[in-house]
Parts: sequence; structure tokens; C-alpha cells
Amino acid sequence: MATVTPSNPRRNVNRIGLDTKQYRGTKTTLCAGCGHNAISERIIGACYEMGIDPGRVIKLSGIGCSSKSPAYFLGSAHGFNAVHGRMPSVGTGALLANSKLIAIGVSGDGDTGAIGIGQFVHLMRRNLPIVYIIEDNGCYGLTKGQFSPTADLGSTLKTGVVNDLPPIDTCALAVELGATFVARSFSGDKKQLMAILKAALSHRGTAMVDVLSPCVTFNDHEGSTKSYSHVKEHDDPLEEVSFVPFFEDIAVDYEPGTTQAVPMHDGSTLYLTKLDEQYDALDKIQALRVLNETRRRGEFATGVIYVEPDRDDFLAMLNLVDEPLAQLPQSRVRPQRAALNEIMESLR
Amino acid sequence: MAVSDIALQDAPLADVTDPVVNDFSIRVATVNGSGSQTANLVLLRSIFRMGIPVSGKNLFPSNIAGLPTWFTIRASKDGYIARKPGIDLLVSMNAETAREDVLSLDSDAVVVYDAPLNLDGLRDDLVFYPVPFDKLVAEICRDAKLRRLVRNMIYDGVLANLLQIDMQQMDAALEKQLGRKPKAVALNRGALEIGYRYAAEHLEKRDRLVLAPMKKTKGLILVEGNAAAALGAMMAGVTVVTWYPITPSSSLCETLIDYLQKYRLDPETGKATFAVVQAEDEIAALGMALGAGWAGARSMTSTSGPGVSLMGEFSGLGYYAEVPAVIFDVQRVGPSTGLPTRTAQGDVLTTAFLSHGDTRHLMLFPASVEECYTMAIEAFDLAERFQTPVFVMSDLDLGMNTWMSKAFNYPKKPLDRGKVLDQETLDRIGRFGRYRDVDGDGIPYRSIPGADMPAFFCRGSGHNEWAQYSERPDDYQANVDRLARKFETARNWMPEPVVEINRKASIGIIAYGTTHWAIVESRDQLLAEADLQTSYYRVCAYPFRDALVSFIERYDRVYVVEQNRDAQMLSLMKLDVRPELANRLRSVLHYSGDPIDARTVTDSILIQEGYRVEKAGAQTTRLPHSAGVGGE
Ligand SMILES: Cc1ncc(C[n+]2csc(CCOP(=O)(O)OP(=O)(O)O)c2C)c(N)n1
Ligand code: SF4
Ligand SMILES: [Mg+2]
Repeated sequence: MATVTPSNPRRNVNRIGLDTKQYRGTKTTLCAGCGHNAISERIIGACYEMGIDPGRVIKLSGIGCSSKSPAYFLGSAHGFNAVHGRMPSVGTGALLANSKLIAIGVSGDGDTGAIGIGQFVHLMRRNLPIVYIIEDNGCYGLTKGQFSPTADLGSTLKTGVVNDLPPIDTCALAVELGATFVARSFSGDKKQLMAILKAALSHRGTAMVDVLSPCVTFNDHEGSTKSYSHVKEHDDPLEEVSFVPFFEDIAVDYEPGTTQAVPMHDGSTLYLTKLDEQYDALDKIQALRVLNETRRRGEFATGVIYVEPDRDDFLAMLNLVDEPLAQLPQSRVRPQRAALNEIMESLR
Repeated sequence: MAVSDIALQDAPLADVTDPVVNDFSIRVATVNGSGSQTANLVLLRSIFRMGIPVSGKNLFPSNIAGLPTWFTIRASKDGYIARKPGIDLLVSMNAETAREDVLSLDSDAVVVYDAPLNLDGLRDDLVFYPVPFDKLVAEICRDAKLRRLVRNMIYDGVLANLLQIDMQQMDAALEKQLGRKPKAVALNRGALEIGYRYAAEHLEKRDRLVLAPMKKTKGLILVEGNAAAALGAMMAGVTVVTWYPITPSSSLCETLIDYLQKYRLDPETGKATFAVVQAEDEIAALGMALGAGWAGARSMTSTSGPGVSLMGEFSGLGYYAEVPAVIFDVQRVGPSTGLPTRTAQGDVLTTAFLSHGDTRHLMLFPASVEECYTMAIEAFDLAERFQTPVFVMSDLDLGMNTWMSKAFNYPKKPLDRGKVLDQETLDRIGRFGRYRDVDGDGIPYRSIPGADMPAFFCRGSGHNEWAQYSERPDDYQANVDRLARKFETARNWMPEPVVEINRKASIGIIAYGTTHWAIVESRDQLLAEADLQTSYYRVCAYPFRDALVSFIERYDRVYVVEQNRDAQMLSLMKLDVRPELANRLRSVLHYSGDPIDARTVTDSILIQEGYRVEKAGAQTTRLPHSAGVGGE
């Protein structure tokens, strides 16, 4: 079973009449072969196939090579390159202002795991509706290759320096903290990444996607556990991920024993065909166990690791009016004279 | 029997010879967490309701319960509401500080004290009134737990009798303070009553302090600066509030939440026209406020110095990326532990340039609760007009203390949402460039996510006028030069200073914020005690108006009075005025953590003016020596 490309009577346009070019951004300035570029391509593909209106998207990022990449997709969407590690707060504020926006955040493993770990933790807790992508290369690309907090124990720098601290597993952390969609993928696995991104875009709540994304310039050598070849060899998919969007009228035959069908918030369906015997992506405890076990084996569990499709997101909890707060006219945000008089009376 | 009946029934007090009427300070020394705040506010409000100008200042520790707290009430027939250094009447309820409190009083002061403290042996130049609080409270309250809370109300009753406070007003003040809690009102009324009776029956009036009704507070309100700022924010139409708790700013957002929940729910759906988020820290609080500002909301946060420090990087981003947000800085003394509950004007310089690179921020300096309200409204307009963070520089004294004020006016101006790109503008300007100076005022147009206008990529310093990524030297320089032009435009939009030119004046005084109240009084003292005429310039905003220069030009010596050690506002002015004018600026500084008082200002100016002040802080004769001060 493959992911489904939507059909449209006009060739090469999606369901809202846009072609892929309209989902591109400016030309990348990242190194040729950088994993981050492949991820940008998948974001373009996923948004195109989902028929997402770029006018409703906000792209957010922190600082790093990864965080530069929002400029390279969805050029007609608004974007905000925040400060290092603090994109979650900017995204939170923007969504408070306008709950109708679709937020796509791109961070790095340094941006998230080091300077930004505080905001990351609280973003996950809040279950803010955002697709939060970590482009994870185990190093600081933009500052020339130092270890990041996701570097594996024993992994080496180009200079031979060995990492002797345990890594932070952003997926385990996200599951633990309350994110409602947690996935891991590999920039080299087009098919899986594309399916995961589409599912993430149809999820309501925090969709945290950690994508192993080799830095070909500083962290692709022998001895690095985040090199392209090492990741490819140690990629341990939990399931085959496929996705049928709500607007595609496709009947899928699947065996309930081996395939889990997860209904998504917007009416789409996520199909997880198990490779690992009993894996249940709705089970939090199992998700944490599998992440631990694969890490102990020196492998990377990929696929949709945990999903909780129907929990209230942060904005739903705030009981906001339906219109974006940012668009409320003066008559609805400045109380009447009588209100002020009443308050003045109470202060006499 | 209602308390108010007592005063009517009892015989009027014996006449006090040579009374001091409506012009003294009362200090109540208690332990925090003992419910004294209610008693103190009832006392304050009853004086206010008698028509006597009054102010209340709470000096409290950074602690929840068990440490000493002092509440000072100043009644002033002349309307002076700055802190007054001398205390005329001490209510001593705290064993721990009683001795030191009594020893520090001036002669002839009055002490009402908890009888077991046995304070009357400490000095023979004071008037002592012992009151057996425990015994009295046991008579009116069976529940031992509640006793602790109503015990303090007894001293209000005692003072009502001693000072001739109108019991009807005190009763009304009590109801106002406790709201609709009949049980609590009844219990506290009992405490007032027994205190009043005790004083009537057992204390013979031996001091000169008296309160007599006036008509000076008619139409006025009593409010804290933080509540006033919160009210301003609500009336400004704030939609996104993000904050992290810190004394002395917490009550700003907490009061705002109360107001919003009462007045800003959609009448039809009951849903909120606002969002409030308690962030994980101040970095996130400002990040959220900026994200919201970028996405078109009226957003704000409130904090104090430590939070401002954390907001550095984001403030710079807000400045360079040109994103509106309002930040209330309720200033307090220095970092970490120690004096977080004491006041200062210590964030002026850091805030003006907060962050790295060439950064300058717009600041407003409210001096009164009324200005907390009006400037809060103005701050939101300025933030959107200039697309930049705006700091409202309040302080603990203003924010957390209770002040008299005229009732606030309903805002006259509609919201100014600034230059937001719409179709008409787009047709006029042709192509949208987020950072293009189309109108020559340094202020570009902005588009807002989700509003169907051309988008742009928002980032820090590295962009050209089309908001494209650029590292070109000419692009960077052109952009920061435009930002400087925008700052110049702002100069004439900022609230105007309040200037009082006195033709006979030989010196000028400059102040800002709460320092104002000491200046009002000090100018009268300078005139009365040394015949020194002064002119006065009160700064209301940064950048400064050009009027500042012409004010300094008028006088050889201009005293800049402020509440920090390093003359921060004076330093800021030095950057703006010609060197020969900068040389005319002198400093009067006060930085103990207590609010500044007039005596400090008067003495410092007199000394610098070459008068001999024999004992600082006491009213002594001053011998003017020949005019002027050498060494300009
Ligand atoms: C406050 C602050 N500290 C340090 C930096 C320098 N810096 C820029 S990018 C970066 C690390 C980025 O690493 P990562 O997030 O993993 O992104 P990558 O470049 O690897 O994609 C650092 C430390 C900065 N921009 N801001
Ligand atoms: S340095 Fe590494 S992370 Fe940065 S662009 Fe080059 S390959 Fe990518
Ligand atoms: Mg990295």
C-alpha cells in the first residue's frame, strides 16, 4: 500500500488549484546533500498533496542551518525566524492571535535540545496545534560541527573527540510530556517521511516529528552515529506508514490484525502496518519502551511512535471566540463607558 | 448596634489644645500574613472618605508570613502624597521590631501598642497608649483561628476614637473592603467597636493629632498603579496577555485577568475576546507577546527588572524585526534575593538600550495611577504605530501602593492600529516591501498572517527593504538608519512632558515617575525655607521631546532627581543634549529601597546650591551663602 497522490482534472495542480511551484521557496543556501534540503522537499510535497493554503500557513523557526530552511519552502506564506531555541513561544503567541493559522515549525537538535529545551518542554505540555519538526543531525551545523545534545554516546566529531554524555531522545521526551503525535523519520526515507508529514498536518495538537537529517559537512564521517550510512543501516521502522487524506474517496483493504487504522482529526486516516509484532501506536507506555529498547540496541525506531488523535489542544482549552483575536474590531475589545463607570464607582 | 452609632452616642472628645489637624503620618508595624492589610486599607479609606488627602505605602518583606511589615498612612491637608520620613503615630503590633520602631521615633510621637510589649519604659518623650489586644479580641471572637485575623481591626477602632475618625465612614470603608461577606463584616465591626470603646473608656487623650472632615477627596478614587495599568490595558483592547509571576508586577496581570473575565467575554457566546497565558519564563512571555504582535494581536506582558534582563534578546529582535508588543516594567531593587519588595527607578538605562546591536526602545514613565491608565492605552497605540516593543516604566511604589486619583476618563481616541497593509495602500504603493520607507517617516507598512495580503519573512537584522535575507553592508546600514529615522519620528508622538516654568526661578528640576510626588512637596519647601524659586520639567517618555533642550538652556543648574545610584536618566539625557548643556545637569539621588521623600530632595538641592543644612532630615535654619555654586 502506498501513499496516495490526489488526482485533479487539471494536471499538476492540487485540490485547491495550485501547482508544486507555488509551494516552493527561495533557493536553498544549505550545503549540497544536506539532509535538511530533503526535508524541505518533503514539506513542499506534503503541503501540496494535502492542498494546504499557503496563505493560512505560518512558518516558524529558531536559529541554525535547519532553522534557515523555512525560507526554502512555501514562499508565499508568512514566516518568522525567531531567536535561537525560542521559536515555540513565538508560535504560541501567533496562534493565540489567530487560531485559524496552520503552524509549521522547523528546529534543529541544538535549537531544541540545548538552548531551547525549556520552551520545547512547555510546548509539548501545552499540546499547541503545531507541526514541530526537528532536523536532527547530532551536531551544530551552523556553528561548524560541535556536538549537540542528541549526539549518541560514543559518537565522534571529525576531530576524533568522543561524546561521553548520553543523548536526549526528543521523541521519548515528547511522549512523556504530553505531545499527541510523535514520530521519527529519516531524511533519506522519502516515502515514510512524506506520509508522516501529511498525517502530522492533519493532526490537531502538537505533532512532533524528529527527522534524522545528516550534516554532510560536519557529521558524516566514520565514527559518527548520525552519518547518512550509519542512520540508513540502523533505521528500524516500526511500521509501514500510509495515509489517506479526508478528501480522497479511497477504500483501503487492510487486515485488522496487522494494520492499525487511526482516524485523524480532519477526517483523514492514518494506516500503520506493523512490522514489529505487537506495536500499538496509541499506547504511551509501549512507545516509551520501544524507544528505550531500540536506543539500547544502537538503532533508531522510526515511524509514528505515538498518537492520541482526539485530545483537546491548547487553544481549545482557552474558550476563545471563533474569530481570530487579531481581527476583532474595537467595538468588541474596548468595553463600553458603563463598564468603566462601574469600575470607577467601585474604587470610591 | 452598628458601629456608627457609637460615635453619635459618646460624648465628644475633650478639646485638644494646639491640635495637629490632618497633617501627620501613621505607621502600623505588624507581621505579614496576619491580615493587617484589611485593617490598614480600612483605616486609609476612612480617612479618604472624610475628605482628607491621604496616601498609603506598604513596606513589606519578600516572604509570605511571619516577617515584619510596615504600612504607612500619610494624611496631608495640603495634598502631599509622597513618603514623609518622620512618623507621628506608631501602631506597634510586632514584638520583633517594637523596640527599634519606638527608638527611631522623633520626640512627641504617639505610640499605640500591644500592652504586653511594655513599651512605655523605653522613652519618656513619647505619648504611649497601651491596648490589651488579646484580651479584647477574646471577648468578641470565640474561634481562636479567626482571632488572629480580626485582632488588627481593633487598632482601627482605637485610632478612630483617638483621632476622631468619623465612625460612619469607617463602617462604610469596612463594607467596601470586605464586600458582600456579612459574617466577616459583622465580626470586624465587633472588633472596631470594642477598640473604639476601649479607647473611649480607658485612654485619656494626651496627644495633639486630630483628623477633621475636609472636602478634598470628592469625586476621587483610591487605586493601585497595577490595577490602573490593567484597566488601561483592557480599555486599549488588549487581546493576548502572556506573563510570568514576579513581585511587584504580578498583581497587574492578576487584576487584568479579573477585569477581562468580567468585562471582555462575548455577550452572546460567553467566549473570551482575549487569551491569557502564564508562560514558563519571561523569555517565553515576551516571545509569545511578539508572536502575537506579529500575527496582529494587541499583546502585552508585565514584569520587573529580572524579567527585563531575560527579555534582552527578544527585545532586540522586536526592535529589528519591527514587531509591536507592550511590556510593563514595574521596577524594583536589584537582582536575586534581598529586596524584591522595595522600590527603585533602576531599569532606565538597561531598558533604553535593551539587547545587542544598535537598539533603542520607546519608554513611558507614568507618575500617577491615572497615568498608569492613560499611558497603558497610549502604549498599545504607540507599539502598533511604531511597530516596536514599548516599555511602560512603572515601579513598586506606584504599582503596589494605594493612591488617590481623579476618576479615569473614557478614552477619546479610537485604537490606532498603525500602518497595516490593505488593498488600497497596496494599489497606491505598487509593490509591497515590508521594510520600505514609503512615507518618509521611517515607518514601513506591515502585513499580517492570515489577512490575505502579500506575506513576508520576518527575521532579525539581516534583511533588505523587501524583507529578503541579506548580509550586504549597504542593506544593513540603510535599515538601521531608517530605524533611527523611525525613532526620530516617535519623538514627536510620545506623551509630552509636564513643564512648569516659573519666571523667577533660578534653577530647574527634572524628574519622572513617582519621584514627581516628592518634587511637588520639595519645591514648596525650597520656597518656604530658602526662598528658592524653581521650574520643573517632568519627563513622561523616551525619546525625549525637544522641549527638554530648551528647558535646560534656561538655567545654569538643573537638578535631575531619580531613584537609582547611577543617575540613569541624567546619563540618558547627556547623550541627547549638547555638552555645554550636559554640564548643567546635576543629580539628586535616592536609592535605599524606600520611596523618595521631599526632605531628601530639598536638602540635597540646598546643599548643592551652597546653603548650609545643619542636620539633614530635620527642619533647621539654613544660611544662604553668596549666590551660586562654583566650578561649572
Ligand atoms: C543566543 C545564541 N547563542 C548561540 C548562537 C549560535 N548558534 C547559531 S546556530 C547554533 C546551533 C545550531 O544547531 P542546530 O539547532 O542543531 O542546527 P543545525 O545548524 O545543526 O541545523 C548556535 C549555537 C545563537 N545564534 N544565538
Ligand atoms: S553545515 Fe551541515 S547542517 Fe549546515 S547546511 Fe551544511 S550540511 Fe547542512
Ligand atoms: Mg543540528
